[in-house]
Amino acid sequence: MSDIENRRFVPRDRNWHPAPHTPGYKTSVARSPRQALVSLLKPTLSELSGPDFQNLRMGPHDNDLLLNFREDPQHSGLPIGERIMMHGRVIDQFGKPIPHTLVEMWQANAGGRYRHKKDQYLAPLDPGFGGVGRCLTDEQGWYRFRTIRPGPYPWPNDINSWRPAHIHVSVMGPSISTRLITQMYFEGDPLIPLCPIVQTLRDPEAVATMVGRLDMAHSRTMDCLTYRFDLVVRGELQTWFENQG
Amino acid sequence: MQQPNAQPMADGVLRETASQTAGPYVHIGLALDIAGLPPREQEIWNRLAGDQAEGERIEVIGRVIDGNGDTVRDALLEAWQADASGEYQPRFDSDAPFNSFGRTAATVENDGEWQFLTIKPGAVTLGNGRQMAPHINLTVFARGINIHLNTRLYFEDESEANAGCPVFNAIESPTRRQTLLARRESDSGDGVERYRFDIRLQGEGETVFFDF
Repeated sequence: MSDIENRRFVPRDRNWHPAPHTPGYKTSVARSPRQALVSLLKPTLSELSGPDFQNLRMGPHDNDLLLNFREDPQHSGLPIGERIMMHGRVIDQFGKPIPHTLVEMWQANAGGRYRHKKDQYLAPLDPGFGGVGRCLTDEQGWYRFRTIRPGPYPWPNDINSWRPAHIHVSVMGPSISTRLITQMYFEGDPLIPLCPIVQTLRDPEAVATMVGRLDMAHSRTMDCLTYRFDLVVRGELQTWFENQG
Repeated sequence: MQQPNAQPMADGVLRETASQTAGPYVHIGLALDIAGLPPREQEIWNRLAGDQAEGERIEVIGRVIDGNGDTVRDALLEAWQADASGEYQPRFDSDAPFNSFGRTAATVENDGEWQFLTIKPGAVTLGNGRQMAPHINLTVFARGINIHLNTRLYFEDESEANAGCPVFNAIESPTRRQTLLARRESDSGDGVERYRFDIRLQGEGETVFFDF
């Protein structure tokens, strides 16, 4: 039938990713399966295909968090905080750029407060900041957001747990097999190694894949600093073989 | 030179970026209305089928239940399904009568009951000519879930098709296969058939989750 059915992606290394049951991150204890995952040795068209968002109509500032939210359009100005750009490429494990794929992000404001009904942290909301962005990668797989650097915030896990500054990042890639949600942390943040959610990863090199690097070359003089964060999705293998029963 | 954050696994092969939980505020980014944010020009949401969509209109509802038996009220789900004729429609288009992709959320406001408005998918024919029973691929994200969980929803009233489905039968335990069956409830009054699909993350009746 379709070529899509002959696609094969590099198998996900689930020892590299966090395990589901990671007791240091308390919420995972009751939300992790106890049974083994059922491996689909022959993934089907259903798993090898996925949505394409090139026709999703976006607003002009969907990827610009400095401009895309005003609580009061008359009086709210620019958000307060460290102006940054966050950019990078979506590539696969073979380094192939992934063009026209949807990258979405969300974050707290400079004080670590989310504009979400459920966030009751005492740090105030910023009337000029919403905290959500999205864009499609370009022909070469590049994406870009302009935002403010989020603040760390406390959360109820251990008695005194604080999340490092982070931006949640969601990427689709070529199929639902490559779907991924992760978090970008900031290079040099001393909270990174203390965080129970970061510690769900066993390998420090896996943690390094989630660290955005200061990118002075792309920082803008007298305007904003830039962080570089590449997203690597599962590699698509080139296949020769035909359908076999 | 500054190293990028990509890590090598072997010559010429990079490591996949590691997964992290979507956290408690996933709705800010992927379900703005739920978070209390104004909608953008177009959003990706839970109505996969418009009034003009071909096929049998259905409503799929359910809960996500944790290992204590408690309802999860901060999950985000994504659906991926074929249209009524068993074809995927990959190009997302808000103006199209049917989209293969959608999102929904379990929240405090809906008491943890998520919902999709869609059409019953047709059987997908594989390259070898075999057919998969009608199904919807579902992905679960939430606080406490470090890497998203992949499952499939099948329909209890398609038992013949289910019995012949290669993926349904790839599950070794017949008992566990039952966890993938959406149960038909009385229709919602407007001729729309309603199916319930509860996802149990852990413990008794734990839903089958796939690696693929």
